[in-house]
Amino acid sequence: MTLTSALLVALGASVGAPLRFLVDRWARRHSRAGTTLGTLIVNLVGSFLLGVVAGLPDATSWVLPLVGIGFCGALTTFSTLAFELWVFLERREWKPFAATLGISLGAGLPAVWLGWAVAAG
Amino acid sequence: MTPRPRSRAHRSRVGLLAALSGGGVLGSLGRYAVGAAVPHPTGGFAWSTLLVNVTGSFAMGVLVVWVLSMDRPHPLLRPFLGVGVLGGWTTFSSFALDARTMVTAGHGLLAAAYVVGSVVVGLAAVGLGVTLGERTFGPRP
Repeated sequence: MTLTSALLVALGASVGAPLRFLVDRWARRHSRAGTTLGTLIVNLVGSFLLGVVAGLPDATSWVLPLVGIGFCGALTTFSTLAFELWVFLERREWKPFAATLGISLGAGLPAVWLGWAVAAG
Repeated sequence: MTPRPRSRAHRSRVGLLAALSGGGVLGSLGRYAVGAAVPHPTGGFAWSTLLVNVTGSFAMGVLVVWVLSMDRPHPLLRPFLGVGVLGGWTTFSSFALDARTMVTAGHGLLAAAYVVGSVVVGLAAVGLGVTLGERTFGPRP
């Protein structure tokens, strides 16, 4: 952990967090109340992009802290996903609970593989 | 010619951007520091990611109850703490990459335990945060 890499993480995060907010706001306007579309979009896109960054065969040293740890880390979220899932549990809304968890894992994990495969060529 | 005074809407957009970016930087640097402080071998169990995700989920449970208990919460409070700090502190992308790294290292069972464990412990942490929050700030409306 160097000062340079910390600055790169900060720079990436300063863009990722506002973008996450914009995606979430867009999703709330374009989907029914109570859906978790915004969280799903940022987590799937961020996982794919991190896969790309981590899978690049000859990436320069600044790419992973800037794009991977900073941008993708701030764009994606585990805490909001966990909270949304918890609310479904509290309300005994099993279908949206299962759908949100199923899509997050069932698409989010393969998204990393896909990104890696795309980058590795 | 004097410059036109900035509109209130413009100022509030700048404030929102600052809250989101500033919070995201703080949370992400914290997560980066945890990753450096709690290293794991390639393909090993990613304790650092689990740690940030579980603690962040707990904090999110407390935060939402706290904000909901306020009469007039500051409009930047939730963007700063929820989306910025906790969004930057926790990560789904690293969680997914950790699982891939464990699988490709031949530790498929470890990856399964990591994924299931993160979800189960993360949910329990949110529930604990919500429960403690409601005891402190009163039940959610």
